[in-house]
Amino acid sequence: MASTETMTVNMGPQHPSTHGVLQLILELDGETVVKATPHIGFLHRGVEKLSENRTYHQVLPLTDRLDYLAPMHNNLGYVLAVEKLFGITDMIPERAKTVRVMMAEITRLKSHLVWLACHALDIGAMTVFIYCFREREMIMDMYEKLSGARMTSNYFRVGGLSADLPDGFEKDVRHFIDVMPGHIDTYEGLLTGNIIWQKRIQGVGVIDAEAAIDIGLSGPSLRGSGVDWDLRRDNPYSGYENYDFKVCVEQGCDTWARYRVRLDEMRESVKIIRQALDRLQAGPFLADCPKICLPPKKDVVNTIEGLIHQFKIISEGPKPEVGEIYQSVENPKGEVGFYLVSDGSSNPYRMKVRPASFVNLQALPQMVQGRLIADVVAIIGTLDIVLGEIDR
Amino acid sequence: MSVEAIVQNLKGKFSSSVLEVLEFRGETTVIVKKEEIVAVCQYLKTSEGFNFLSDLCGVDYLGKKDDRFMVVYNIYNITTHERLRLKVAVSEKDATVDSVSSVWGTANWHERECWDLMGISFNNHPDLRRILMPADWVGHPLRKDYPVQGPGRALYQGGLS
Repeated sequence: MASTETMTVNMGPQHPSTHGVLQLILELDGETVVKATPHIGFLHRGVEKLSENRTYHQVLPLTDRLDYLAPMHNNLGYVLAVEKLFGITDMIPERAKTVRVMMAEITRLKSHLVWLACHALDIGAMTVFIYCFREREMIMDMYEKLSGARMTSNYFRVGGLSADLPDGFEKDVRHFIDVMPGHIDTYEGLLTGNIIWQKRIQGVGVIDAEAAIDIGLSGPSLRGSGVDWDLRRDNPYSGYENYDFKVCVEQGCDTWARYRVRLDEMRESVKIIRQALDRLQAGPFLADCPKICLPPKKDVVNTIEGLIHQFKIISEGPKPEVGEIYQSVENPKGEVGFYLVSDGSSNPYRMKVRPASFVNLQALPQMVQGRLIADVVAIIGTLDIVLGEIDR
Repeated sequence: MSVEAIVQNLKGKFSSSVLEVLEFRGETTVIVKKEEIVAVCQYLKTSEGFNFLSDLCGVDYLGKKDDRFMVVYNIYNITTHERLRLKVAVSEKDATVDSVSSVWGTANWHERECWDLMGISFNNHPDLRRILMPADWVGHPLRKDYPVQGPGRALYQGGLS
């Protein structure tokens, strides 16, 4: 009998289907994966260390660069955490909350579009990629109108928003949500009934509910394993309790189930955006606590109080009480949390980000074990990881 | 069951191990003895349903507390949607804690990260290697005496130092 031995192969960090700089050391028996060891950290920028040397306002742009496919969700998580730490959560005006929800859901669509595009492309369905990026471009244009940046938006502020919505923005959003359901049907038409797509993802990357909770999966990846948990509904923030939406759960535990969950979520997001648009009322977009919130530029240049507050906040920074809080939000990838420790100074004493992708990636070795190399690509896609958030 | 009731149960069960209970902005923090952390976690998971470890991290209180480090566990109950925070004090001389990766599998990478960036090691951990920094890196970057600009530089004082 011929003896066989396993072979060790590097996948990444320069591999197109690893979605960034992820390195997998694969131990292979023929084409079957015996063991996979992820190596991460190539994109480590020390965000947590940097934030200890910045004021609470100055940390905000760093959070854009965590999950750069869903920057507004990171911003939202961070500003909610800081607001909780300062105790101003109840002072956030209704308009700011509604715009935050609206933009968070638009961002969820943006992130899910990249997920679907790359997931399909990795498996060989190139057309979907082109279509998804066409729709994503509409969101990018909205981002640009809103904040001047296409990716690192930095639009939310502690206490509200950096500026009110620009003229005509609501019309853009309404047009977008009018056309988006049709586009989602198009993606489904290209993929769901496609026999190659079905064969490539059905029964692949199976993880049952108990194992998924143990390894810390969250977000759509967990809901694909039949766990009915969504922070937007279960620990609501920014007024999510007032919106009518369905939490999408599938029992399949495989890549197919997670695909169904995310597609359903995109439809639910469109519904939430529509509700947010309908309830958008004129009003202030920044909380009335001038010692904490950065004043709008027009107040800085026109009023002496605005100038003084701006000067104090920029040069010294607001100081919260001594304490610590944890605030998490339902990011497109899962639970993203911010743990802030304050020592009473104007810088966070410690900021810890709970990254969804980092924890979700941890499930990869057990999901690929015993599968083919081609399935590794599908499983990386279905976990929807983003390395900026994993490596921080 | 409310978080207060859970803390009461915990106090009843581990009367000598619960050192302090803190409340801030509606969040409860329980400081427990380092030696009992695995038993406390196991109890909270099996009896109180805290089946999800959201986050685990270390905090460096250099010069601010007698015991230099705190290891912080943010745990969550997926059924009742309650949160609780556990903390243990860890001294610089003996910077080790028992690993909770046997309680929640997800602790594995969190503890590796805590070891890598904060230099707190975990007993009985299945695979304690660096995770974000290169394997041959010297030092633990998130410690307060580690310069933000990198090794060998003066500590950051603000501005362009």
